[in-house]
Amino acid sequence: MSQIIIQATYDDDDVLMNAVKKVRAENFTIKEVYTPFPVHGLDVAMGLKKSRLAITSFIYGFIGLCFAVWMMNYMMIDDWPQDIGGKPSFSFAENSPSFIPIIFEMSVYFAAHLMVITFYMRSKLWPFKKAENPHPKTTDDQFVMEIYTEAEKQEALSSLIASTGSISIQSNSQ
Amino acid sequence: MASHYEAPIRKPLISGKKSYHEITKDIVAPIEGKASRLWWIVFSISLAAFLWGTGAIIYTIGTGIGVWGLNKTVGWAWDITNFVWWVGIGHAGTLISAVLLLFRQRWRMAINRSAEAMTIFAVMQAGLFPLIHMGRVWNAHYVFPIPNQYGSLWTNFNSPLLWDVFAISTYLSVSLVFWWTGLLPDFAMIRDRAVKPFQKKIYGLLSFGWSGRAKDWQRFEEVSLVLAGLATPLVLSVHTIVSFDFATAVIPGWHTTIFPPYFVAGAVFSGFAMVNTLLIIMRKVCNLEAYITVGHIELMNIIIMITGSIVGCAYITELFIAWYSGVEYEQYAFLNRATGPYWWAYLLMMTCNVFSPQFMWFKKLRTSILFSFIISIVVNIGMWFERFVIIVTSLHRDYLPSSWTMFSPTFVDISIYIGTIGFFFVLFLLYARTFPVIAQAEVKSILKSSGDHFKRLRDGGEKTETQQNEKKEEQ
Repeated sequence: MSQIIIQATYDDDDVLMNAVKKVRAENFTIKEVYTPFPVHGLDVAMGLKKSRLAITSFIYGFIGLCFAVWMMNYMMIDDWPQDIGGKPSFSFAENSPSFIPIIFEMSVYFAAHLMVITFYMRSKLWPFKKAENPHPKTTDDQFVMEIYTEAEKQEALSSLIASTGSISIQSNSQ
Repeated sequence: MASHYEAPIRKPLISGKKSYHEITKDIVAPIEGKASRLWWIVFSISLAAFLWGTGAIIYTIGTGIGVWGLNKTVGWAWDITNFVWWVGIGHAGTLISAVLLLFRQRWRMAINRSAEAMTIFAVMQAGLFPLIHMGRVWNAHYVFPIPNQYGSLWTNFNSPLLWDVFAISTYLSVSLVFWWTGLLPDFAMIRDRAVKPFQKKIYGLLSFGWSGRAKDWQRFEEVSLVLAGLATPLVLSVHTIVSFDFATAVIPGWHTTIFPPYFVAGAVFSGFAMVNTLLIIMRKVCNLEAYITVGHIELMNIIIMITGSIVGCAYITELFIAWYSGVEYEQYAFLNRATGPYWWAYLLMMTCNVFSPQFMWFKKLRTSILFSFIISIVVNIGMWFERFVIIVTSLHRDYLPSSWTMFSPTFVDISIYIGTIGFFFVLFLLYARTFPVIAQAEVKSILKSSGDHFKRLRDGGEKTETQQNEKKEEQ
């Protein structure tokens, strides 16, 4: 059985949202939706899982915090304790108030940068990466819904999409 | 359109009858069009100033810090004044994009891109000053804890100057990443429209292959929200730490616990003033009046008014605490600040920062574009003098009357300062010609809820303010 890809184009986000709900209700699998801007509620309508990037950010931030604590303890207390301005570095606890600003900055640094790097990797975004949107208009004012289906269901799907207010339908076999 | 409901009482953020495609066209117009004559004139002047400043920096590095006006008593003057001034200006961008995002202020969407650009360019200018003040810039990497052949001899983590290194580096890099992530969909939009192959290639490279998948958008929004949550305490921490440079010292006039909130309020104050200066010109030159409306300028003016008043409160609190402390050195520092040989700088600071923003209580004045522009310049002059007053007047009369002196800048001090202003404008002007200056993807997402036309359709017969104005103009 060969898979058919149907691309339905819309020019309005509300029409698209209704179409997504309708197509899902008829038990078709929406492979992808390309939109020029974030359409709120689309991820829920498509049944996408929640993003876990916020959790990774927390973990990265915690790693940053631990790294900062380790780094300053090693440099100021263990490796070369110095007596600066009559205030010797004897223990981490005694010095810790002056370590707070950098502990905070390092936590933010790690949380922000590593989360963004994770996002870029997961969404496959990097310089020289080729764009994969099916039509250049999908970054301007059009929305494309991609549905994979079997050849025999194509007719039914096409008429369903036609009833959702799509401005054009394209099909390719895979 | 039920999903795009917004209360009728809210004023429209996008005026005129816009569609998604028209937003695209309006945002790319400055990029696809040719630079105007005015752009070239301003760019040439800025470039000349930048080159002149570069010459002054090279002269400083080649000869030594002695070419500045510093002396044994006043060891910090214009360099640190300019540093704090630029860092302060660099606070509005992240405040707009992060704090206003958390507070769900949708009006930020028209101005956040340019405000963030301004932030990044301003922090770059700020970073120059400590760098050249080191004298031997080729040893600048010593500020980072890098293993070295002296032991390793590590940096001093007890020093607020080192905290500053970490704070500014984190702030600059996180702001840059926040800005760039927001730019990806907009670069993709330009890439997909570009006709010239070279342009297509460049914007394709800059957009990191953004395709606008539903999952990408979901992650994009999550990342934006988390970055906003991280950047909010970050932006407050940066100027707090800058103020520690002074607050942790034992110099009367610097040694005050009020500095962190006072510096942060001042930074927001000057940052918004600079955003107003730049955007009032940009909305006109780039024909963006439909997106950056008078309403936006009014809201920024209100923030300027509030933060200006906070700063005013801080000035008065400082004076009161100096008297109340009973410490004669502290009392003298403030008496000297207000009535000593630098009384004119103190008066200028008070007039520009405390008095001038109070005009914004009047609706007529805060909705006047010309008046807002003038006030924004006045505020920035005032904030430069605030730093000068804090730094120089606290130093120039120290504990030994025999070493009392005055500070006068040399032409090198002045040239470097002018050079950074030139550099800032060179960067901003290049940005305005090549980058999408409004976060168009975000603006499109609020078009139906906050666009004038759509609001009017939804609210039926009720006339919006813009509509009423149009009618007035017709009459």
